[in-house]
Amino acid sequence: MLTAILIALPFVAGLLVITKGGEQSKRIALIASLIELVIVGIMLSQFQLNAESQFVFNYPWIPSLGINFHVAVDGISMLMLLLTAGLTPLIIYSSFGHQYSKPQNFYGLILLMQMALIGVFTALDGFLFYIFWELALIPIYFICLLWGGENRAKITFKFFLYTMVGSLFMLVALIYLYQQTPGSHSFDISALYAAGQALDLNAQRGVFWGLFLAFAIKMPIFPLHTWQPDTYTVAPTQGTMLLSGIMLKMGIYGAIRWLLPMVPEGVAAYANLAMVLAIIGIIYASLIAWVQTDMKRLIAYSSIAHVGLIAAGVFSLNEQGVSGAVFQMLSHGINVFALFFIADMIEQRTKTRLMSQLGGVRTIAPKFATFFMIIMMGSVALPLTNGFPGEFLLLNGVYQTSGMYALFAGITIILGAVYMLSAYQKSMLGEISAATENFEEPKAHESHILWICAGLVVLMGVYPKPLFKIAEPAIQQLLSMVN
Amino acid sequence: MIKLVALVPLFPLLGFIITGLFGKSLSKTFAGIVASGAILLSFIVSLLLFIQLNEAGDNVSHTVKLFDWISAGKFSADLSLLIDPLSSVFLLVITGVGFLIHVYSTGYMHDDEGHNKFFSYLNLFVFFMLLLVLGSNYLVMFVGWEGVGLCSYLLIGFWFKNTNYNNAAKKAFIMNRIGDLGFLLGIFLIYVTFGSVSYDEVFAQAKFYTADEPVLIAITLLLFIGAMGKSAQLPLYTWLPDAMAGPTPVSALIHAATMVTAGIYMIARSNILYTLAPVSLHVVALIGVITAVFAATIGLLQNDIKKVLAYSTVSQLGYMFLALGLGAYTSAVFHVITHAFFKALLFLGAGSVIHAMGGEQDIRKMGGLKSHLPTTFATFLIGTIAISGIPPLAGFFSKDEILAHAFAHNKIFWLLGVGGSVLTAFYMFRLLFLTFYGKFRGTHHQEEHLHESPKSITIPLVVLAALAVLGGLIGLPEAFHAKHLLKAFLSPVFAASDIRMLPAEITHATEYALMALAIVIVFVVVLLARNKYVIKGELPVADGVALSPISKLIANKYYVDEIYDALIVKPLHWISGIFYRVMDIQMVDGFVNFIGKSVVWSSGVLRLAQTGKIGYYVFVMVLSVALLLLYISI
Repeated sequence: MLTAILIALPFVAGLLVITKGGEQSKRIALIASLIELVIVGIMLSQFQLNAESQFVFNYPWIPSLGINFHVAVDGISMLMLLLTAGLTPLIIYSSFGHQYSKPQNFYGLILLMQMALIGVFTALDGFLFYIFWELALIPIYFICLLWGGENRAKITFKFFLYTMVGSLFMLVALIYLYQQTPGSHSFDISALYAAGQALDLNAQRGVFWGLFLAFAIKMPIFPLHTWQPDTYTVAPTQGTMLLSGIMLKMGIYGAIRWLLPMVPEGVAAYANLAMVLAIIGIIYASLIAWVQTDMKRLIAYSSIAHVGLIAAGVFSLNEQGVSGAVFQMLSHGINVFALFFIADMIEQRTKTRLMSQLGGVRTIAPKFATFFMIIMMGSVALPLTNGFPGEFLLLNGVYQTSGMYALFAGITIILGAVYMLSAYQKSMLGEISAATENFEEPKAHESHILWICAGLVVLMGVYPKPLFKIAEPAIQQLLSMVN
Repeated sequence: MIKLVALVPLFPLLGFIITGLFGKSLSKTFAGIVASGAILLSFIVSLLLFIQLNEAGDNVSHTVKLFDWISAGKFSADLSLLIDPLSSVFLLVITGVGFLIHVYSTGYMHDDEGHNKFFSYLNLFVFFMLLLVLGSNYLVMFVGWEGVGLCSYLLIGFWFKNTNYNNAAKKAFIMNRIGDLGFLLGIFLIYVTFGSVSYDEVFAQAKFYTADEPVLIAITLLLFIGAMGKSAQLPLYTWLPDAMAGPTPVSALIHAATMVTAGIYMIARSNILYTLAPVSLHVVALIGVITAVFAATIGLLQNDIKKVLAYSTVSQLGYMFLALGLGAYTSAVFHVITHAFFKALLFLGAGSVIHAMGGEQDIRKMGGLKSHLPTTFATFLIGTIAISGIPPLAGFFSKDEILAHAFAHNKIFWLLGVGGSVLTAFYMFRLLFLTFYGKFRGTHHQEEHLHESPKSITIPLVVLAALAVLGGLIGLPEAFHAKHLLKAFLSPVFAASDIRMLPAEITHATEYALMALAIVIVFVVVLLARNKYVIKGELPVADGVALSPISKLIANKYYVDEIYDALIVKPLHWISGIFYRVMDIQMVDGFVNFIGKSVVWSSGVLRLAQTGKIGYYVFVMVLSVALLLLYISI
């Protein structure tokens, strides 16, 4: 029941905000998202540390087609709920420095987006999963289209079309699997698992590609990534945060839940290829990040690199890799949110995102520079920050597949330092520039957000164990189906 | 009592939190006292632990588990601390020398606006350094390892308005990360091989391996890559001379006495793995001895007081690796200790000089400081004698021990080692003479302001000078019929290696002869230097004056930085630009756009989709879902 409430609440709140929100929209949205977080907190406190699906809500939806409104929470979903419910209020709060036109629509769409994301992370019915998957695209599309920057119509349309095409492949694969289910057919995940696992190798290969393309575009994995930097750059900051902080995790989560156990032989056949693409993406995107002049675009490329490592870990198909991936989804969510927030603060204060025009901020706003430093250390995975446990396990997992892969994937720890430290130096250090001479320290609401993020960076890095414990049984069960 | 070990890193951590979080509201004096006091407390606890270990007999290794840290599947790593003779010795050096340098910094950094921030970084550094040597598994060592790297980065770039300093800081971090990747891969291979990363399990299993199994060679070489980065060995050493951009106490603590010896600690800790991989030992010795000589030659022609000491550090670290490579683990640790004393002393002395000179670091513009800075001069002289290997000061015993091992194992290494010590004696006395002897060559204004440094600076100098004089007593050679205290204390740590090492003893007569030879050579070199720089009063040429080809090569540090830049950094940057502008935008994305355009072109319908009307999209969405349902039900 709680799961259903979790989905219903942002939906209702979203509609309420759109129709009645007016100038109070941002506050209503913030309160709604905080209530959502409290519910997730209650679920967490009741959560049993085993592999079972908990908080099951399973009602027939279209019985004739074997479609159920089946949602539930296991350890992996639990962490994704934490991410979604934890990040959404932060994203809403982070907008308090902005005055968006038609705020009721803006904040309503964010809540609708949250509804769809929660649905994606809890759905255990293939059809329902697909619906939520597509539903998540619509609010973010409008957020980018209506409140985005220059050239937004063209860029968001491309983003919409690109990911839509990916989803269609997934739809075809799901329908194909559905038709393989026995009797009157069912979209239930266990039925789809059984159908997929029973397929012969060739069919599994086909299904693999259908699902993989959808997930790989969403993450995105090289070379399917070119929609991402433009979209992240042009979207309004909160849109970028939703996209990078939560939405891209749909792709990774999808791969873990809907791809690996679905067609294990197909996965076995292509895991290697997926890893190679992911690892190429790590180095490729890191190098490109290094030559960026626009801060937002730099973070966008760095995100491709980080996600590449997560994907490589997932396709290493061992417990270290998948645990690392699940943990890193949380860490990356926090860190990339914080980085985009920092970029936004800089842009608001200096009216530019070009790092060449910045510099000297540490002299005038040392507190801000220190927060940036802490977040950056999380991003470059310094031990005792939240970036490290995940990255360590991911590389460890990759290493077990191939030492060579780990060597190349591991270059991320060098290149990550190269582009992040360069960006930090250009923007924060050196002499004050014309753009930065009036740089202000964080205001109250900004300070709150930065404290929360910095706190999480350290806390999750020093004591990550509870999070690992939540996901561990579910990951073990899932991998037992794969290997 | 042993549980107290957790206090050792705790105090600096608390010091960091207090001075870091409340730095703005604390007075400089209070922040200095908190930070120094934290290290002093750690030192006292370390001393108590040391005494207890010393009395414990065989029962000398204790693990204190703090909490589970990272676990996934079969992999698990605790955050737990290991106290044994090896970590105990490092604790004493880190907290002891660390405390002196903190006290020194209260004077040295007194007028700096970032005073409190400086102490918070320094405390954080000590915390990570202690974690590095106290961890009971490779992962905790890695935590400390990267943590000290962060502090090094922060402190090299402490004066962050200067672009050169920032570049130096960035370079140090990145170059260390290259080494860290090797370390990390080493940890993975250790886990895959032994199913664990904790020392006791890994070493217990390793003992059953036969020598030179490929996997052991691979593990030890990967770890050594990490050591090359952190301990500034060829080819990853170029960050260390640049790191002199940091305030001088930082150079003394981090870039001479403690952090850069982490690589030596790592190999000494993993001694059994290395002993079982003689190939790797040979590589370690080779890199060590080459670095020792290579860096010493560069030291000959440097004119920046700190740069000379920096290259000297690289060179001395090379000696330590030479010792490790010869399986003389105790000798390496011995040299770590004595080096910490005399090199910290020399850096702090240099700091006192720079302080007096109003920031000047070029020795060509100094001279004659002897009479103005008597305490600094006397202690600097002691440091110079110690590093040059003149008995009975500390450096003589530790270096002699390494050279004796080299002589027993490999005469070429020995010859190179002796050559390096000749160079060392020369560049150090050159430095001493140019700085303190002759006439003052600075400006009149500087001369008027020449003064001996305050007590907070000179007292640490005097204490370190005493240690540099007496430090050798912990490792008197057997040839003197004395007890090698350090060897006895460390023997449990290296026991498993010692029984596997081929005994390569040399007779006492040979050892006496070698000592005598070394002493004579060094004295000749000192006289030569004195003749050149004191009696003849020669000066290094000014910048821009043409040099002979060899001098030019050395003065430009063999152009290694330029070569790295031309061969690695520039091509990589160029290729990144190509990746971005050509590959990503034109090729990959161009292809995507091409597909998109073809579709749009071939079906005019899609063009309608660009209208941007919400109702239209919702309509399409609903329609497609309806079609889908229809399709499935058919």
